[in-house]
Amino acid sequence: MSIFINKKTKVLVQGITGRDGSFHATQMKDYGANVVGGVTPGKGGTKVADIPVFNTMEEAVSKTGANTSVVYVPPAFAVDAIYEAVDAGIKLVVCITEGIPANDMMKVYPYVKAKGARLIGPNSPGLISPDESKVGIMPGTIVKKGHVGVVSRSGTLTYEAIWALTQAGLGQTTCIGIGGDQVIGTNFIDCLEAFEKDQATKAVVMIGEIGGSDEEIAAEYIKKNLSKPVVAFIAGQTAPPGKRMGHAGAIISGGSGTAAEKIAALNKVGVPVAGSPTEIPAVLKELMAKAGKKAAGTVKKAAKAATKKTATKAKVKKTTAKAAAKKKSSAKKTALKRKKKQ
Amino acid sequence: MKIHEYQAKQIFAEGGIPVPPGDMATTSLEAVAIAEKVGKPVMVKAQVHVGGRGKAGGIKYAENAEAAKVLAQTILGMDIKGLTVKKVLVTAAEDIITESYVGIILDRATKQPVIMVSPAGGVDIEEVAAKTPEKIFKLYVDPVLGLKSYQARNLAYKLYRDINQVRQATDIIMKLYDVFWKVDASLAEINPLITNPSGEVIALDAKINIDDNGLFRQREVAAMRDLDAEEPSELQAREADLSYVKLDGNIGCIVNGAGLAMATMDLVKRYGGEPANFLDIGGSSSPQKVVTAMNIILSDSNVEAILINIFGGITRCDDVANGIVEAFKQFKPSVPVVVRLTGTNEQKAADILRSINLPYADTLDNVVKKAIELAGME
Repeated sequence: MSIFINKKTKVLVQGITGRDGSFHATQMKDYGANVVGGVTPGKGGTKVADIPVFNTMEEAVSKTGANTSVVYVPPAFAVDAIYEAVDAGIKLVVCITEGIPANDMMKVYPYVKAKGARLIGPNSPGLISPDESKVGIMPGTIVKKGHVGVVSRSGTLTYEAIWALTQAGLGQTTCIGIGGDQVIGTNFIDCLEAFEKDQATKAVVMIGEIGGSDEEIAAEYIKKNLSKPVVAFIAGQTAPPGKRMGHAGAIISGGSGTAAEKIAALNKVGVPVAGSPTEIPAVLKELMAKAGKKAAGTVKKAAKAATKKTATKAKVKKTTAKAAAKKKSSAKKTALKRKKKQ
Repeated sequence: MKIHEYQAKQIFAEGGIPVPPGDMATTSLEAVAIAEKVGKPVMVKAQVHVGGRGKAGGIKYAENAEAAKVLAQTILGMDIKGLTVKKVLVTAAEDIITESYVGIILDRATKQPVIMVSPAGGVDIEEVAAKTPEKIFKLYVDPVLGLKSYQARNLAYKLYRDINQVRQATDIIMKLYDVFWKVDASLAEINPLITNPSGEVIALDAKINIDDNGLFRQREVAAMRDLDAEEPSELQAREADLSYVKLDGNIGCIVNGAGLAMATMDLVKRYGGEPANFLDIGGSSSPQKVVTAMNIILSDSNVEAILINIFGGITRCDDVANGIVEAFKQFKPSVPVVVRLTGTNEQKAADILRSINLPYADTLDNVVKKAIELAGME
């Protein structure tokens, strides 16, 4: 199982004839994703690697029944592409584009939500569910099917972590990049909620970085709602304040959004933070072993309690039976006495 | 992108927000001319991208044009927190009766602009937030519906009682909100917003931070970038479309991906080195980018070794390796370089690099350790 995408996902590639669009459409298809079409205005009727191209999302959705789209469109046009997708009925839009103005995103987000759709990104590598589907640019060669959910704000840092997990035998259910921008369509808690509900996911790896408070908000959520073990890694401990570290969202402003604060917030709710991405598997294995022991302990405890309960019940039954018997015999005695009197 | 006070005030003025008359000067003669034009006492204010200008002696009162000249001479060329003052704003001095704070900032958690006002103006708003948060009033604005008059008025009533001033403040708040959207700001702030003896409400200071992602559609604002105020290497990097931040350490880093670049820097520190920079070379394997990146890093004399950390993913490692070989043909680095390439065709890549005797590491940890080792050997 997986979150957000699976074998049934039908993807349209917006911007399919561009350099990135055409390259990644082919990569997605080669991985086994069901890429049913693409859209580039003016190129309808053509094909990209056997994938039919349409002029509009409306036509593409009507002809293919797609439910998902991925946006490889430059910043000046990407927002329009997102609106076009949700208006055409797409329920999951994955936006790869980096450079969309934050003010535009503040307007896009409520619109997508009101339409009952989900936006992942922007500035996201997309997501991949091993052996099920891939929507975006995450390399299929590093993932392996398993039980760990991975959610991250980064691109290649995520690949580093996934590769470490795969090499350690810890396969993944879904790996999702939520993107490096300040205003994004899907946050950590949205993914954590989905991972909690996904029966195949047994543990979660969360990769954050400086800027904003998404990790702190996630920590609160984990405390209240997550039963599954979570391990984190936070990048940017050596980042200077006030400087944008590549990602629009990776900036320590007004003293807040530091890696130290995020690590503290996560540790506070019992989420261990690995010292480097390559240490994630070891930390996760340790945590899962502890959780397993705890669970086993809980089972043992429950069993013990159950036995005690049965014993107590039996005792109560005995006592009640004894008392009842006593009552009966005394009643008999009284009756006999009465009879005798008469 | 940051802009100076005088530029933010220009934008405010265009947006109908009252600011004191004045102009920017780069020489004391220019300062005199402006002071004469203003015709009354002026403030001479250093234009640098740091807070605490006043405390550092960069904001001074000048009774007349002659005084303005002297002060401009002193302040121009002054060092404030490591930045050299190259510009001053000469602006009419105002008698201050009250000082308030009004600011609009993008709130990431709610994905909305939040307007904050406080009667505690003229001081560091973060201190107010920390010590007396009850003095700050916030309003989250629906980005699609916009700011309603009554909402701005409610905020104005947190600052003033006099209806005349409430009306002025309401107008200023509405206009600040418009400015925020108009120039793709991530922050637009007036601190302090003052009242003068005539009862006028005026923006005495102005601060606007522009969302870098909005610059492509903000031609006028983009032109406001102060190239003098930037680190030359960071300027060079931006022109080459590289993401670069200069730091103080000795291990130069070239990495593909911002998150991975940050994690690599962190790992350098963890293993006992000091990162010299952040540099995200992005996804391509172009030799020119590698050369430019190395040039930029080597302009920093603190650098003793460079690590190149590429997680290939879909980018083919042998392409990157060839790019590096090409780069080395054009450019001989003066410090040791160690490369890590993981991903598609990594074996081929390793062979290519070995053929030019370039130190190669197979993992993230190893490339960091090797770079620190090589730096130590110099």
